[in-house]
Amino acid sequence: MQTQTKLKQTVSQVRRDILRMVHKVNSGHPGGSLGCTEFLVSLYNEIMELKEGFDMDGINEDVFFLSNGHISPVFYSVLAHRGYFPVEELNTFRLINSRLQGHPTTHEGLPGIRMASGSLGQGLSVAIGTAQTKKLNNDRHLVFALLGDGELQEGQNWEAIMYASGKKVDNLIATIDLNEKQIDGPTDEVMPMGDLSSKFIAFGWDVLTVEKGNNLTEIIDTLKKAKSMTGKGKPICILLKTEMGNGVDFMMNTHAWHGKAPNDEQLEKALAQNRETLGDY
Amino acid sequence: MKEYINQGSKDTRSGFGDGLTELGRINPNVVALCADLIGSLKMNQFIKENPERFFQVGIAEANMIGIAAGLTVGGKIPFTGTFANFSTGRVYDQIRQSVAYSDKNVKICASHAGVTLGEDGATHQILEDIGLMKMLPGMTVINTCDYNQTKAATIAIAEFEGPVYLRFGRPSVANFTAVDQKFEVGKGILLQEGKDVTIVATGHLVWEALEAAKTLHEQGISAEVIDIHTIKPLDEAIILKSVAKTKCIVSAEEHNYLGGLGESIAGILALNHPTPQEFVATKDTFGESGTPAQLMEKYGLNKDAVVAAVKKVMERK
Repeated sequence: MQTQTKLKQTVSQVRRDILRMVHKVNSGHPGGSLGCTEFLVSLYNEIMELKEGFDMDGINEDVFFLSNGHISPVFYSVLAHRGYFPVEELNTFRLINSRLQGHPTTHEGLPGIRMASGSLGQGLSVAIGTAQTKKLNNDRHLVFALLGDGELQEGQNWEAIMYASGKKVDNLIATIDLNEKQIDGPTDEVMPMGDLSSKFIAFGWDVLTVEKGNNLTEIIDTLKKAKSMTGKGKPICILLKTEMGNGVDFMMNTHAWHGKAPNDEQLEKALAQNRETLGDY
Repeated sequence: MKEYINQGSKDTRSGFGDGLTELGRINPNVVALCADLIGSLKMNQFIKENPERFFQVGIAEANMIGIAAGLTVGGKIPFTGTFANFSTGRVYDQIRQSVAYSDKNVKICASHAGVTLGEDGATHQILEDIGLMKMLPGMTVINTCDYNQTKAATIAIAEFEGPVYLRFGRPSVANFTAVDQKFEVGKGILLQEGKDVTIVATGHLVWEALEAAKTLHEQGISAEVIDIHTIKPLDEAIILKSVAKTKCIVSAEEHNYLGGLGESIAGILALNHPTPQEFVATKDTFGESGTPAQLMEKYGLNKDAVVAAVKKVMERK
């Protein structure tokens, strides 16, 4: 548990890490990473019950799966600051021989990662499997998953959404990063998905909405509420209305920074908006 | 010449079902998943005895592979069951990312492989699955030849750490390997010693190869027959040792010659011991409706095809 001040400090430092990581290798996905910073900082520091150290089985602790693997910068930074691996290792993001691949993988043995993701639409199914194993193991801990909203265009998600309610997977909290943007533009233009809340409800899920998905208090309150709703026969969906590029004024309100790195000048401007709090790696 | 007796024809998928049932009794971590084909995969008894360890996912194979990958987090050993076509081609990316690249201990168990699925036709008869699976880094690929071997393999792979593709079939075929066999992943089996030609077969073609060896023996040709149940990792030593003696080889499989066992053999021969080789396999084609026997005949996958290939390859020595 961290104080609100500490959480805010972590958020600011994670944003700096994201920007510096993608700038250094001139590649990566800052937009969605910045948008999900408050969520992942809250989840890992305030919500999830975690064991010290890391093992692949994740028995007797909460487990998280990132389905939209392209927001690896925020995931790596949050994991490092939570103590899974040295913060200095963020310096190796996307470099040859690194454990911090462009998209997360178990293959290089990076602590904190339990599945590879990058090819979209697969994480929810995996999360369901682990939730089922927790039930078989009589492990009361929960499984969390984060999915992009554009990612819901992949059909496998709807197989998984149907399964989770049909089979009463009620130890699962799946959050949708609802930033309404994808690579080619606004989701409503690329492939309109309609009313996602109604769709999840129609598929038999309980749905909570976070109107301000970059507000720590609202995120934490909603996640706590979601936890209190588990074990009642239904999977839980959180629609997290985030702002892609949040925290950097010129990266917000556009999909342009989905997969583009800032240049030197842009980095300087962006870092000036996010204070160094815990020390740059 | 060693004689092999058909102990009574059975389908290899029943070997899978019975192996799974036994696993249910001896290994509490084994769980099973199926995409609406319980009867076809012979999973009924496992489900009856272990309802809490079975997951019916409906007609949603991509989700099944993902759930299987997730079940391993926490120590379960998932066995997925559906037809070979829907176990591989339909879910290639899910297997690639969530299972193979994620190093998940999932056993992908695939029935109705090849043309011997029969009357349902080419939409269901995959002849490319061995190639798809063997190209995945870290994937073990097994194609068993009869009921007893399939049962033994099913039991053995639960103890084998890592992703496995286990391929078997629909029709009733000769059951001739030992009931009490110990299945060793990656070890070829020398079934028949010979000196004139090596026949390396997998799956349903192993029995056809043994039958071919009998016919060849009557014609004065001494054929060595090797059962390669594990296509990857391939038992290179048993093949190289044999061709050093026979100087020619026939590979036999119910699969496209592109991507199959024969292609893997050609690769190790090219690197180690260039040897004339003939391929008993489908020739880059889809299958069609028909009885298993008719299809094996039409697509050149039976005893006669093996005999003809042997004659041809021996002329190339």
